[in-house]
Amino acid sequence: MAVNGLNEQGSDKNLQTREDTRSSEKYIKPAVNIVETDEGLILTADVPGAAKESLAVSVEKGILTINAQVSHDMPGQPVYTEFQLASYYRQFSIPETLDQQRARADLANGILTLQIPKAEAAKPRKIEVKVG
Amino acid sequence: MAGWDVFRELDNLRREINEAFRGAGVSHPLATAFLSPAVTRRFPLVNFSEDEGNVYVDALLPGVDPGEIDLSVLRNTITISGERKPFEPKEGQIVHRSELGSGTFSRTLELPVDIDPDRISAESRNGIMRIRLAKAEHAKPKKIEIKLS
Repeated sequence: MAVNGLNEQGSDKNLQTREDTRSSEKYIKPAVNIVETDEGLILTADVPGAAKESLAVSVEKGILTINAQVSHDMPGQPVYTEFQLASYYRQFSIPETLDQQRARADLANGILTLQIPKAEAAKPRKIEVKVG
Repeated sequence: MAGWDVFRELDNLRREINEAFRGAGVSHPLATAFLSPAVTRRFPLVNFSEDEGNVYVDALLPGVDPGEIDLSVLRNTITISGERKPFEPKEGQIVHRSELGSGTFSRTLELPVDIDPDRISAESRNGIMRIRLAKAEHAKPKKIEIKLS
């Protein structure tokens, strides 16, 4: 029984300007993996450069927001640049069947792991059939 | 006395041409699907910078255990290799999105100057590895006093 996927807010571009805040800043849309287990959803996102202090994961009115301010400065003069980092921002609408209160977030080696357990009512239950 | 080195110039030219075609740092500076099959891009992405005594290399290595990264230096090239573990779904899991790539990687980078192979340090923070390489003594700028007779 699948929870009807997670619908993403916004376009499929990697680069978003946040229309909703009219901010001119550029944002990176982090790549994610989302798998569903019997227990709940596990979301994994690549957020290299994001520090624990600056990472904000919130759920409000069924919308999960991942937001991390990133600043990346190198010492000395730049010689050659392949990547630039900006703040990470991505939103998903998550189904009601998840228990948002018990969500857990971990950050390790630039990867954010978010575990959102299913509410008790939505878990598959085995019902014993008694033969009378 | 290093003057105008034709090979270095050619190397720089080649690099610039490659970049012009690849659009590095222009079109995808903010793409973040690492090692994903959808984008065949090099991994890890690196930035170089330098000051008077050191060269710094920052490599984007999210999801790679810093203890398992191989770093080797030969003359003025540095090789970063390792593996990003696959995110295999377990039995009975339903995959809703799968955007993260994985696999083994190896990348050799040529440094802009000669370095001292005995003075290299590397540290990893939040998926970014910073390698600090001290420049070789002969590669550092020297100030020469001019005596007035």
